[in-house]
Parts: sequence; C-alpha cells; structure tokens
Amino acid sequence: MDTGKKDFLLEVDGLKKSFGDRVVLAGVGLAVRRGSVFTVLGPSGAGKSVFLKCLAGVVQPDAGTIRFDGQLLSGGPGSRAGFHRRCSFLFQSNALFDSLTALENVALPLEQTTDLTNHEIRERSLEALRQLEIENHGGHFPGQLSGGMQKRLALARAIVTRPELVFFDEPTAGLDPLRRNAVFAMIAKYQRQFGFTALIVTHDVTEALLASDRVALLAQGRIGFEGTPDEFSASGHPVVGGFRDSAGALGTSLAAIRRGDAILSDDA
Amino acid sequence: MLKLLGGQTLRVIAGLGDLALFTGESFRSAGKSRRLGRRIARAVYEQGTLCLPVILIVGMFTGLVLGLQGYYVLNRFGSAGLLGALVSLSLVREMGPVLAALMLVGQAGSALAAELGIQRNSEQIVALETMGVSSHGYLVAPRLIAALLVFPLQTALFVAVGLWGGSLSGSLLLGVDSGVYWSAVERAVEAPDVRECFLKAATFGLLTISICAYHGFNAHRCRGATGARAVSASTTRAVVHSSIVVLVADYVITSFLV
Repeated sequence: MDTGKKDFLLEVDGLKKSFGDRVVLAGVGLAVRRGSVFTVLGPSGAGKSVFLKCLAGVVQPDAGTIRFDGQLLSGGPGSRAGFHRRCSFLFQSNALFDSLTALENVALPLEQTTDLTNHEIRERSLEALRQLEIENHGGHFPGQLSGGMQKRLALARAIVTRPELVFFDEPTAGLDPLRRNAVFAMIAKYQRQFGFTALIVTHDVTEALLASDRVALLAQGRIGFEGTPDEFSASGHPVVGGFRDSAGALGTSLAAIRRGDAILSDDA
Repeated sequence: MLKLLGGQTLRVIAGLGDLALFTGESFRSAGKSRRLGRRIARAVYEQGTLCLPVILIVGMFTGLVLGLQGYYVLNRFGSAGLLGALVSLSLVREMGPVLAALMLVGQAGSALAAELGIQRNSEQIVALETMGVSSHGYLVAPRLIAALLVFPLQTALFVAVGLWGGSLSGSLLLGVDSGVYWSAVERAVEAPDVRECFLKAATFGLLTISICAYHGFNAHRCRGATGARAVSASTTRAVVHSSIVVLVADYVITSFLV
C-alpha cells in the first residue's frame, strides 16, 4: 500500500471551488503517477484552468486536500514554499516577461529562488535555451519571437529549475493543428528527456490521447472518467461518448445547415 | 443618501487599510527578495534619469515665473532686494517638493501603474507567484525604496534649477543685482527649511509610488472595467489619487512643522 502511495507524486481529493453561486469544482479527486503524463480533458468552461490554478496555489480552493509527494499542502504560503521550488507552471498565455529578454526570462526563477552564482545561472539558462533549440534568440524580447518560439521559451523557463512536476494550462490554445501536434510532441519529448511529471489540461482530445499515459475527463465539476487513453477510447461513458463524438455531431449539424432545416441549439 | 455616504466612507477606509497592508507587505518582502540592489538601481534609473528632463524644464520655468511675479510684487513695496528670499523659501518649503512630486507622479507613477496593470492582465504577476517569487518583493519593493532616494534628489534638483531660473529673470531681465539675489537666498534658507523640504519629498515619494503600484497591481479588481480598460482606469485613478494625496499630505506636514 505504501509503495503504491509513493508512486503518486500528486494526490487530489474532494477539491471544491465556487465563485458566488456558480460551482466550478464539486469534489475533484485524482492521483498522478510519478514520471507520467496525465491529461485532464474537458470542454471549455468545465473548470480545468481553475482546477490547475487550485493545485498551483494561485486560486484558493474552498475544500479538499492536495498532497504533493505525500506532503499535505494546506494552502498557506509556508507550506507551499517547497512545493513551488519543485514544480513549474506553463501558462496558456505563456506569461513571459515582455520587458526581459529570452535569456533573462529563463534566468529569472533561478535568480530569485536559488543561491547559484551569476555564472552558473547564465550557464543553466543558456543550456535550457539550447535544449529547446532557441539558443540563438537569447537576446530577443518575447514580442520578437514567433508563437511557437514563445511556447518553447515558456517551457525553457518552466524546466530551468529542474522541476519534478510541470503544470500545462491549455498549452495548445489558439494554435493551428500542425502547431498543436508540435506542442504535444515537444511536451512528450522533453518529458522523456528531463523525466518530470506532466499534468496537462486541454480540450484537444486526439493529441492528448496520443501523448498521455493517463487521461481524466472533467465535466460538471467532477471527474467523469479516468483511465488510459485506450480505456478512454473504448469507454461507453455518456460524457466521454459525447466529447469523443463531437466531430460526428458537427458533421450532422453542418449537413442540416446545408439542407437549410437546422436550428442551432444553445449548446452550439 | 446617508446610506450612500456611509458606504462610500467605509469603502475609502477599507481602501486605505488595503493600501497600508500592500505597502507593509512590500517592505516585508523586500528582505526576502534576492538581487534587490540591481532592481533598485533599475528603479532609480526609471524614476530618476528618465524623469530628469521634465524636472529640469518645470523647475526652470517655475523659478522664472516666481522671479517675475515676485519682482513686481516686491518692487511695489520697494523690497526688490528680497527677491532671492521669496523665490528660495517658496521653492524650498512648498513648490519644490509639491511640483516635483506631481511631475514624478505624471511620468514615473503613471508608467508604473500601467506596467503593473499590464503585467497583471498578462498573468506575469501570477507567474511570479507560481515560481515561488514574492511579486510584492520583486515588483513593488524596489520601486518604493528607489522613491525614498529619488524624490528627495529630484526635489533638490528642482529647487536648484528653480533658484537659478529666479536669478535669471530677476537679475538678467529685471535688473536685480545678482549678489543681492544670492545673498538673500543664503540668508533666507535655514536648516529646518531644508529638512522640511526633504521630509516632504520622501513622504510624497513613498505615498505616491505606493498608490500607483497598488492601483496597477490590483487592476484586475477594478470595478466596472476589464482588460485594457481596467489598465487605463487604474492608471487614471493612480494619478488622480496620488495628486490629491500629495496636496493633502503637504497641508498636514506643513501644519505640523510651521
């Protein structure tokens, strides 16, 4: 039992969060195995980002427990100090510092949270840029880089502290299908290279199924399904089916629109 | 009506309390922030060097106008020789600290509020928190410490340029003897006047930079506006509130020291 527990880097139980009368998380629970890629799927507005921000300590949950490497995170700044040093967060918007160069962006977490010398910080930052293949852009500001390079820069900043856990908040939001594939491939590649545990929230089902070890479906504030990508594909769960069959539903709707007899529902 | 007034008063008191906590947290976090010196130097550059032209221009014209107005008033009573005393005391005790602070609010304060507002909007502040970096210590504390240095220095510069402007209009244009002007300055200004000047400048610096940082940092809490509008509204609010606070604080300090 203990050995099983130690396999899990992150354990969440009964996580609840409401904004006024709107219940976003109604008791979410899951466990993420060390060194795995775990993806939380869900439609837009399902509360995936809120869930991730609760885990990262950016949003305070109303109830529930979060355990990181067996340690309970109570939510207070003290209890999370060690947690922040061992995890990173990759934002949907990248959240890069636009007044700092790429190299300075990557160096920032090392400068502020470690006792490394300036030389060591520079070497580690350059190494991270090299690993993400953007070493030639260290002197550029984020605004001067393409969308894909900005994403890689954000990942370089996330991994430079050598975290054990990286949170990915909608890493492919707003990207075209080719770039979406490239981002998931990048996450899978660097996850293998650096060995961190990845917790991804996304609504890109196809790519997530290919890149993940386990997936969970967040709908109506709860985990509606959890299992391997194969189990997900074979699942008969109604919410899973609806999510998986959305392409089929789109085809039906479009056919009806072309026939001229369709009335779009509120869900559309 | 009474309910509305009471509600507004409570909101102002709560806001002042929140501002005090924000400032306290920023100073507290400064101790934990690494490489603070470099960020203070950067803030000194932003508040000091970049605001230098406006301080020089406004200081010069304030001195010129004081010299002109002072000469015509004093000349009516046959006391044009006291022009140096009038210009220097006006500048050192009141106009220097107040006008320099207002100029710094307009340039450095508004830029700070807008920068922090944009950083809040683009999740840069949240990103710092997820890295385990205190956003107060990293973004606000260096600016507050820099303000305690820059505002008195900029005020001193404003006064010096203003005195020279007063001498320019008094001596060169209106014929007051230069020696008489500068000796009146020397006789009029005493140590308590200079102390008052620096006390006011440091207080204005602390208050205005706190207010501007507070509004920018909390742009997401701006009522009735989101996104770019929230940044614009919080910047406007920062400048208006800072300007009012400068004048109120000036009155309070003067009433205690006079």
